[in-house]
Parts: sequence; C-alpha cells; structure tokens
Amino acid sequence: MNDLRERLVEKISKKQKILSIYLTAGFPEADSTVSLLRAIAENGADLIELGVPFSDPQADGPVIQQASQKALDAGMRVAKVFSILQEFRCFSTVPVILMGYANPFMKYGWRRCAEEAAAAGANGFIIPDLPPEESGDLTRLCRTNGLDQIYLITPVTPVTRIELINSLTSGFIYAVSITGVTGERRELPLETIQFLRRLRKTSRHPVLVGFGVSNQETAKSLAAESDGVIIGSAIIRLIAESKNTGEACEKVKAFVWMIKDSLGEIA
Amino acid sequence: MDGNLSKIKASRFPDEFGRFGKYGGRYVPEILMPAVTELTQEYEKVKNDLQFIKILAQLHSQYSGRPNPLTFADRLTAVTGGAKIYLKREDLNHTGAHKINNVLGQLLLAQRMGKTRIIAETGAGQHGVATATVAAKFGLDCHVYMGEVDTLRQRLNVFRMQYLGAEVIPVKTGSRTLKDAINEAIRDWVTNVKNTFYCIGSVVGMHPYPMIVRDFQSIIGQETRQQHQAAEGRLPDAVVACVGGGSNAMGMFYPFLDDKKVKLFGVEAGGRGNDEGEHAATLSLGEPGILHGMFTYMLQTEDGQVADVHSISAGLDYSGVGPEHSWLKDTGRACYTAVDDAQALEAMALLARTEGIIPALESAHAVALAVQLAGKMGREESLVICLSGRGDKDMESVFDLAQKGGADE
Ligand SMILES: Cc1ncc(COP(=O)(O)O)c(C=O)c1O
Repeated sequence: MNDLRERLVEKISKKQKILSIYLTAGFPEADSTVSLLRAIAENGADLIELGVPFSDPQADGPVIQQASQKALDAGMRVAKVFSILQEFRCFSTVPVILMGYANPFMKYGWRRCAEEAAAAGANGFIIPDLPPEESGDLTRLCRTNGLDQIYLITPVTPVTRIELINSLTSGFIYAVSITGVTGERRELPLETIQFLRRLRKTSRHPVLVGFGVSNQETAKSLAAESDGVIIGSAIIRLIAESKNTGEACEKVKAFVWMIKDSLGEIA
Repeated sequence: MDGNLSKIKASRFPDEFGRFGKYGGRYVPEILMPAVTELTQEYEKVKNDLQFIKILAQLHSQYSGRPNPLTFADRLTAVTGGAKIYLKREDLNHTGAHKINNVLGQLLLAQRMGKTRIIAETGAGQHGVATATVAAKFGLDCHVYMGEVDTLRQRLNVFRMQYLGAEVIPVKTGSRTLKDAINEAIRDWVTNVKNTFYCIGSVVGMHPYPMIVRDFQSIIGQETRQQHQAAEGRLPDAVVACVGGGSNAMGMFYPFLDDKKVKLFGVEAGGRGNDEGEHAATLSLGEPGILHGMFTYMLQTEDGQVADVHSISAGLDYSGVGPEHSWLKDTGRACYTAVDDAQALEAMALLARTEGIIPALESAHAVALAVQLAGKMGREESLVICLSGRGDKDMESVFDLAQKGGADE
C-alpha cells in the first residue's frame, strides 16, 4: 500500500529535509536505469521521480529534453518503465513517483496505466500538462489504485487556486521555484523565498521545491523555506557527462550524498 | 455529444471549459493557468466592446485592405465544366495571407492588456511576418520562434521578419518544424509569463486560443456570405479551405456552421504518401490525443509520441489540428480529405495559368480539391475556395523543384 505521505511526514516531524531526485527512465539506455535508481535510493534520496519520456516536453529545459529524446531513441516506452520499476522494487522501498506528459499515458490507457503502475510499485503520478481541471479520469483511478496525484503550485498561482490545489493534491505539493522550465540555475530570485514563505503558511501538505535546484547552496537555501527539494537537470547532466553507467552511478552517488549531507546541516 | 448536430447550434461552442464536444480543453503547465484565465476574461471583455470593434474594423479597412474581393474564377470554372468557382482573396491582404486578420485582433488585445513583449511561432513564416508587421505598427517588441528546417525553406520570410524589427529564433529541437516552434514559444511564455503575450498563429493550443483565433478569422466567412449573396443571390453550396492548424478554414467555416446546406470541405496535406512521417493529414489519418494544450486529432506513434510530418508547404506541416475541426469531423458537419504534394503543385500552376493568380502552396491544396469537387457538381451550383495566401513566398522552392524535375523532395 502507498505510504508516501506518511513517510514524508514522519521525516519532516523529525526535522529532516526531504531530498527528491528526478531521473529520466531509459537515459542514456534502458539497462542503466535500475543501477542509477539504486545509486540514488541507497545514497540518501527520500523520494524518486521517474521520468517517462515524451517527444515534446513543454515544461522542460534543454537538459531533460535531450535526455528524453535519447531515451526514446533507445526504445524507452511506458510499459518498459513499469517493468524497470518492478525490478527496482526488488531492491528498494524508496517511494517512486512517475513523472511524464499526458499523451503517452493516455495512449496507453489511463486505467491500464494506473493499474500497472500500482502493481509495479509506483506511489503516484505527476503530470505537468494535466492540471486539476483536466484530470478527472486519472484522479478517480489513482484513488481506486491507492496512488497519489501530485499537483504543482507556482509563484504566479493565485490564492484561490492554491486553495483548490491544496484540496486536490495528495502526497505533497510540488512548488515550482521560478516562472520557467526545468534546468539548473546558479541563483534564484528573492521572490522565490517570499513565495515559499507564503505557500508554507497555507499548505496542508509537505512542500517540496523543484526547478532550478542545482547545487548545495540552492538546495540549502530552498530547503530552509520548505520541506525539501527536488533535483533533476543537475543529475541528468552528470549522467550525460559520464562515459558509461559505472561512472554515472559513481557521480550520482557522490552528488546525492553531498546534497543530502548539506540538507542535514539545516536545523 | 458527438452524434449529430441537428438539434444543437454548432456556432455556440466552445463551452465554458473550452470544449467542442470532447475536444479542446486546457492541458497546460500550472504556471500558465493564471495567464490563460486572464486572457479569457480580457477577451470576453473586448469581444463586445464597441471601441475595440471599431478600431479593429478601421485597421482592417485602412491597414490590411479589407474587404478583399470574392473573385469569380471564370476560366478555372470552364476547365472543370461544373460548379461556378469563386475565390475568397485573402492573398490580397497586407502581408499576403489571412494570418494578419488574427494578428491584428490579438495584438490589439495585447495592447489592451498592457503587454509589451510579443512572442509567436511560425511555420511558413506567414504568421511570423504578420506578427512582426503588426508589432512594428503598434510599437511592440516581437520575438518569433521558427523551426530550423522552415527557416531554410522560407529564407526570405526570415529576412522579412528581421527587416521589420523582429527577432527570429531558429528552433533546433525535435523535428525542427512548426510543432517544435510552438513548444519553444510555450517554454518562453512559461518563463516570461508576466510581461509576455503569446500571439498564436492558428486555431490551436489551449482554450481560449482556438476560440479567439477563430473569431478573429471569421471575417473571412462573414464577408464571403455577403459577397456571394450579392453575386448569386444565395449562399454557396460548398466552401473549401486548406487545413494546417485550421485557422483560415475555421474563419471560412464558422459563419456557415448553422447553414447546414452549405457543405464544408477541409483539405489537409497528403505529402508523399500515407506512411508515418510522409504527410500531415492529421484528421484523415490521425487519432485523438493531447498536444500543445488541447485534446484533438493528432499524428502520433503507437506509443503516444508526436509523429513527424511532411508537406511540401511549410504552413501545413503540423502534427496537430484545431480542436473545433476534430469536433466538426466527428459530427460530420465538415468533411476532411488530403491532397498530396504533386496535386498541390499541379493546382498551383493551374490557377496561375487560368486566373493569373499564384496561390500559396497551402492554398493550392484547397484549389486541388475544389477542382475535383466542382467537376462533380452541377453548373448551377457554386463553390468558394478560401485562397488563404499568395505564392510569392513559395516561388523559390517551386523554382528549385522545377530545376530538379519533380515533387519528390
Ligand atoms: C497561406 C497559408 N495558408 C494556410 C496556412 C495554414 O494555416 P491555417 O490552417 O491555420 O490556416 C498557412 C500557414 O502558415 C499559410 O501561410
């Protein structure tokens, strides 16, 4: 049974910060994904977002776009993502959220998606182009299959809408740090901090911040204003820069461990 | 809801959720939700604002040259020996295509909303040129995304946009054509949503765009109704328009939607054949899916990835189509067929030599189908082709093809 929220809440109550890592399934090739997932899970990630690649990822910057394309070229498909996840579940209980765009899931069939995702051991879905208004089918299916459906809140989301999303999201709230697409950023605007302070006052769920988190400094400063951070492009870049899966795993381990360590310094 | 339209008024769609039957909607990143909501509200305000309507009408008559004529194509009609063929002359608009109708409306709206930075995507470059033109006229800052492949086959339009003061950004992701230009424009909008207005070029994307663009293009069909009435004392029996995203077609169809006797024909790009990647016949060969914020027919692989497309005309080279067309197809109110590259080229030459009008390659697709249809209709019947644009922009590629001797590449 899906215990994502309980796990997060327990850690938060112990004053720990959550570290969530994004990985594009099938990048750079299908065979490397389970090893990379283990490297992430076994070095301090509290949560993993497993990206289901799409040809036209509107909310992603160049790093994740290229990783998605490469994964597709190497043959990654929705069904294959489920089997990768199932294999990973032999090694780890770290929660995994499937993150992908609506069309490949829809084409696969929402019902089939929800059932097979649950059977494979997924904890939920994040679908950036499926706002609450459009996700009726999936919401019902998530409920019957014990899956969470995580929605995003951004710096431009008005108060009334924050209220709506608060009432619909399950698991946690994905706070988008900036107006923009995914990608590393050296610095984040002051507005981000103000936004997170506002959001935390009203949120009834754990708040994890993503988009633009790239190193220890950004991770620490955002985690201080939230329940934890989500890192994607920085990890994908490390993998892209590696010569083989072995090297990629080593780099990912070191990076995850380093970020986790620096989050531990926040009281 | 997707049954027949006999009891419902087709023209009152979309509903409040931006749906045409099951098609349309708003499949957008959360970050854009406030922007599309604001756009919808602002549009609802100006739609019935007399001052706005008056300024737009003035721009039409004094800047873009409306009303443009409905030309009786007597020599083309004689070739087919069937129905009378009329041409709605969108090719005579300032900038040479129907695209400016929509741009004038949207940029006027942008001005009202106090947005000073304009972004647009473009395929053939016609929408980009129209946007750069009106942005210059209104003194707005303009950035146009264009697939790299398209920048090469429409070099002159790239220069036209730059000459008008716009920045043209070649898009090097994906298939490097229109769909990728839309992706990049959406990414820009997501990033600069506070000061930026996205001037979309067709009846596609998330609600309210398919409705807004259709409304601004409807002037095509409104004028056609009056002009045909004046010429023939009645409405035409059929109207024919090419469909890329579907804006010139929707603009022509919409004022006729509730006149069930007027048959509506949309013509898609059949390209080089029916295999994936060889055509852009979205409604004829695709299936419903989610693309660029809308639920609509699209060309996709069996895994739900967006498929590549091909057409000799850059403006029809799109893997999606406006959601209202998807609905008109399912309800049977409009018919959609495909015309291939070679047929379009042939029709382009035919119109040039019979009427002294060189159509855009996009519009030539409509001419090709219209000639077939007219031949099967009676002499007492009449048909209107939406001549969406002029062919000047295509002369270079047609010249190259002639040198090589074929439509194969
Ligand atoms: C002359 C012309 N006709 C048609 C189109 C296709 O667009 P739509 O289907 O939106 O009318 C274009 C697009 O660039 C065009 O330039």
